[in-house]
Amino acid sequence: MIEFHLDARSGVPTYLQLVQQVRQAIRLGILFPGDQLPTVKDVVGSLAINPNTVLKAYRELDLEGLVEGRRGIGTFVSGQAPPPPPDGLKELRSSLVRWVGRARAAGLDDENMAALYFDTVRPPTISKVA
Amino acid sequence: MSTQAAFVADGLGKRYGAKWALRDCSLEIPRGSVAALVGPNGAGKTTLLHLAIGLSKPTTGDVQVLGRSPRDEAATVLPRVGFVAQDHPLYRALTVGETLRVGRKLNPSWTDDLAFQRLERLGIPLGQKVGTLSGGQQAQVALTLALAKQPELLLLDEPVASLDPLARREFLESVMEVVAERELTVVLSSHIVADLERVCDFLVILSQAQTQLVGPIEEVVSSHRLLTGPRTDPATVARIHRVIRESHTERQTTLLVQANGHVYDSCWELHEVDLEEIVLAYLGHRGERVAA
Repeated sequence: MIEFHLDARSGVPTYLQLVQQVRQAIRLGILFPGDQLPTVKDVVGSLAINPNTVLKAYRELDLEGLVEGRRGIGTFVSGQAPPPPPDGLKELRSSLVRWVGRARAAGLDDENMAALYFDTVRPPTISKVA
Repeated sequence: MSTQAAFVADGLGKRYGAKWALRDCSLEIPRGSVAALVGPNGAGKTTLLHLAIGLSKPTTGDVQVLGRSPRDEAATVLPRVGFVAQDHPLYRALTVGETLRVGRKLNPSWTDDLAFQRLERLGIPLGQKVGTLSGGQQAQVALTLALAKQPELLLLDEPVASLDPLARREFLESVMEVVAERELTVVLSSHIVADLERVCDFLVILSQAQTQLVGPIEEVVSSHRLLTGPRTDPATVARIHRVIRESHTERQTTLLVQANGHVYDSCWELHEVDLEEIVLAYLGHRGERVAA
């Protein structure tokens, strides 16, 4: 089970924040196929948001094939969800932590680092257009 | 009139002496919505809610809740409507248990189980005098009274205005839990916009006794845009879009518009606006026209 949190100042719509948090949890291996998502009532009872917002998020995840609703029981991470990340993830994370340390030492702030990251991962054709 | 609407006002107006508290108000709030009634103090929010439960009589027009008139068909409609008045007035000298007993006597569709379970879950002792409860607990008792009649429409007049941030959050969580559990339309008035964007999906902006904007919040947010561009007369924009607020400097013009379709004119730079800015624009709409 995961717990949702909201960033009111992010400018990202609430339902999308929920969608992203589920995607992220699946990607990071916190949620596995078969795991249940919090019920709508639990979510609205802990975040004070409209139930339709939660339903919209779960519907979106359902359309993406990441979760499936079982009537009267709840919403579960589906079998088609991407498998948990390979073991290499830990190693990648720690090398990234080292990289961030070097970048800070070189005088880059968070925004510089994000810009550098996006510029690197973005396909070259798109970056030319932009 | 649509049977899907939980709340319908048609040319509704209320005058006290020479002063209109609400004027020419027409709106429909769909069933199942959580609707925010937003406006400054004295905008007519309480008047509209009082008209909805038949506490006052319209000077003009008509109001219907759950498809019926709250005055002419009070006996059929009022048991289906829950109302929590501003500052949730309760008998301070009664205990919580006695307060519930009054509720049971006065309401035909009362359910004891729901009331007792709610209060137990909230940790509010039945033996305690209402007057000695915290503001947040009093608000929860008032909400419990309204919910125990199992209303189809719940009207809350400034339910969180007097509560501290924690109690405010807990109160709204409680209301959302009920909405998640069963079919319920909620109309809540407030002048705190920040809470509303999370909780509500329908918006009514009232100002100076008149409705300024009515609609689903998603549509409201997606149809409003902030335009910035070189200084121009906004008249061309105003021919197609509704200009809510304009301000000018020597070189630049900034417009907040309700866009009618897309804005094609390439001399404008388009920005998204959040709900709070839209509400503020409507509330400042009259009077303030041009900034320096």
